[in-house]
Amino acid sequence: MHSALLLSVLVATLRAATPLLFAGFGELVTERSGVLNLGVEGMMLTGAALGFMGAASSGSILVGLLLAMVGGAALSLVFGVLTLSLMANQVATGLALTIFGVGFSALIGVSFQGVPLTGLSSVIWPSLAQAVPWLQQLMLIDPLVVAALLLPFAVQLFLYRSRAGLVLRAVGESHDVAHALGYSVLRIRYLAVVFGGAMSGLGGAYLSLAYTPMWTENMVAGRGWIALALVVFSTWQPLWLALGACLFGFVTIAQFQAEALGIDISPHLLAMLPYLITVLVLVLISRDRVRLKLRAPAALGRPFHATV
Amino acid sequence: MTIDRRTLLGTALAAPAVALLPRRASAATAGPLKVAFIYPSPLGDAGWAHQHELGRLAMQAALGDRVKSAYVESVAEEGADAERVIRKFATDGYGLIYTCSFGYMNSTVKAAHSFPKVKFEHATGYKRAPNLGTYSARFYEARYLSGIVAGRMSKSGVIGYVAAFPIPEVLQGINATLLGARSVNPNATIKVVFVSTWFDPGKERAAADTLISQGADVIDHHTDSTAVAQAGEEKGVYTIAYNSDQSKYGPKTCLTAVTHVWDKFYIKNVSSVLDGTWKSADVWGGVNAGMVALAPLNPVIPGSVRDEVAAATAKIGSGELKPFSGPIKDQSGAVKVAAGTSMTDADILRMDWFAEGVQGKLG
Repeated sequence: MHSALLLSVLVATLRAATPLLFAGFGELVTERSGVLNLGVEGMMLTGAALGFMGAASSGSILVGLLLAMVGGAALSLVFGVLTLSLMANQVATGLALTIFGVGFSALIGVSFQGVPLTGLSSVIWPSLAQAVPWLQQLMLIDPLVVAALLLPFAVQLFLYRSRAGLVLRAVGESHDVAHALGYSVLRIRYLAVVFGGAMSGLGGAYLSLAYTPMWTENMVAGRGWIALALVVFSTWQPLWLALGACLFGFVTIAQFQAEALGIDISPHLLAMLPYLITVLVLVLISRDRVRLKLRAPAALGRPFHATV
Repeated sequence: MTIDRRTLLGTALAAPAVALLPRRASAATAGPLKVAFIYPSPLGDAGWAHQHELGRLAMQAALGDRVKSAYVESVAEEGADAERVIRKFATDGYGLIYTCSFGYMNSTVKAAHSFPKVKFEHATGYKRAPNLGTYSARFYEARYLSGIVAGRMSKSGVIGYVAAFPIPEVLQGINATLLGARSVNPNATIKVVFVSTWFDPGKERAAADTLISQGADVIDHHTDSTAVAQAGEEKGVYTIAYNSDQSKYGPKTCLTAVTHVWDKFYIKNVSSVLDGTWKSADVWGGVNAGMVALAPLNPVIPGSVRDEVAAATAKIGSGELKPFSGPIKDQSGAVKVAAGTSMTDADILRMDWFAEGVQGKLG
C-alpha cells in the first residue's frame, strides 16, 4: 500500500512538473542569451490551443505537438522582431504577448471547446502493466514526461559542454564583447527566443493533449508565470530549475494527498505552500547579492544595437 | 459639428430621460423590452455562464419579440470593468439587467442607485434595493439527490469531492451529498480536497487522480471545468458532474450532474417586468421551482436507484423532505441540527461546518 501510494505521488509529481519543465527550460535558454520574455503564459496558451486543434483535426497527437511548437515559436518571433530588431522594451512587449496570447488562444479555440480527444498514450505497454500490477501506477507516464525529464540534462550539456552554448552564454553576459568577437548577437538571440517559444508551446500542449486532454479557455491557469519565477528561483542553473519544477509539482500534489488522507493540516496552509516556498527561496538567493549578480546573465533585458 | 463639454453634458443628462420617457408612457405599444445579461466567465460548452446563457435563450424563445436580449461574457467580477459594462447597458436603454455572479454585487448596487428606472437582478447576492432583486438556487437540494446516487453506486463507501473554496455554498453541497449518501448507505464517507480555484483543469484533474488513488470510487466536484468527468472516464471511476450535463465527457462513468436550470426563473421574471408586476425580491428556488435538477441519469444506474432518486425528488419538491433535517452532527460529534427540526434558511446560508462523516479540514 505504502509503496503504491509513494509511486502514485511520484508519477503525479512528474506530470505536474512537466509543463513547468518545458516552459521553464525554454525561458532559461532565452534568458541566458540576455532576453527577458514575459510572454510565457501567452505562448503556452497558444500552444495548448493549437496543439489541441491540430490533434483533434488530424487525429494525430504528433501533428498537434508540432503545431503547438510552431505556434509558440511564431508568437515568440513576433516578440523577437519587436524587441530585438525594433528594440522595444522587453518587459512591456512580453506582457503584451501574454495578454495577446490569452485572447488569441480563446478566439481560435472557440469551436474546439468540448471536443473529445484521446490523450497521449503511455510509454508502458498495457499488456505489460496487466502482467505486473505495480506498473499500473506508472501507466500515467507518457513520452512527454520522459522528454521533460531528459531536457535538464540536454540543456546542461548544451550550455556548459558545447561551443554553441558557450557563445549563447557570452551573448547573455556581454553582447558588446560577443559582437566584438564577431558573433551575430541578434541571430543568436533570435534562435534562443524561438527555442523558448517552441518549448512554451510544447508545455502548453502537454496540458491540452496529455494532462487534461481538452481545450478550454485559459486552461494554463498561471503556469507560465510559475515557470518564469522558477527560472529566477534556479538562479539560471538548469539542474536547480529541474529541482524547482519537481519541488513545485510535488508540493501541489502533496497538498491533495494530505487532504485526501485526512492529515490534520489547514488546507489554506497547504495551498499556499508552493508559492511560499518560491518566495522563500527568492528571498534566500537575493540575500546574497554578489552570488545573484554573478549568476544572472549580465545583459538580461538590455537591448543590443551594433554601433560599429 | 464639434462636440464640446456643454453638448456632451447635455446629451448625457438627456439620454436617460429620453430613453425612459417613451417606454414608461406606453409600455404596451413601445418596442421590445431590452434585457441584458452579464456573465463572469466565457460561455464555453459547460459551466456556470453556459447555464445562464441556456436560460437566456429559453427566455428569448418563450417571449419572442416582446423582448430583445443581449449578453457580455468574461466580465471580470471585481473592479471597475463590471460597473462600466452595467452602466453601458443602462444608458443604452436596457430596462432589465441581470448580473450573473456574486462578485458583481457592489457594482450592481451602485448602478441600481444611479439608474432608479432600470430594474436589476443580481445572482447569488444579498444586497437589495427597490429596483434591485436577488436570485439564487438551492443547489444543495440536487446535491442531496446526487448523494443518493453516489451512496448507492460506491462500492467502497468512500466518495471523493473536489471542492473549490470552503464557503457556505460549497459546504452546503458537501454536507447535502453526505446526508443523501447516508440516507441509503449509513457508512458512506466523503474525502474532500480543496483546490483553491474555481477553474484550473490541471489542478482539478490532479485532485481527482489523488482521490481515486486513495480509494474513492465516486468522485463529485464543485469546480467549473470538465476535468473531473474526464479523469473518471479515463480511469473507469464514476463521477458526478456540476453545472452542466457532462455525459459526453464521461459517457460510461459520469453518473449524473447537478445542474442549474435558470430557464423558468428568467421567463417568469422577465414576464413580470413586461406585465408590470415585478417587485424587488429575494428568490431562492430549488427542485420545486425547477431551478436545480439532476442531469439524465447514466444507464449504468439500476432501476431501483432511479426509483429512490425519483421518490426523493418528489419529496423534496413537495417540501416533505428537507435535506438539512436533524439529527445532524458535525465532525466533532456536536449536534448541529436537533432531531425533529430542520435548519432555517439563515443558518443554511452561513453554514461553516462539516457534517460527521466528511473527512476534510476547514481553515
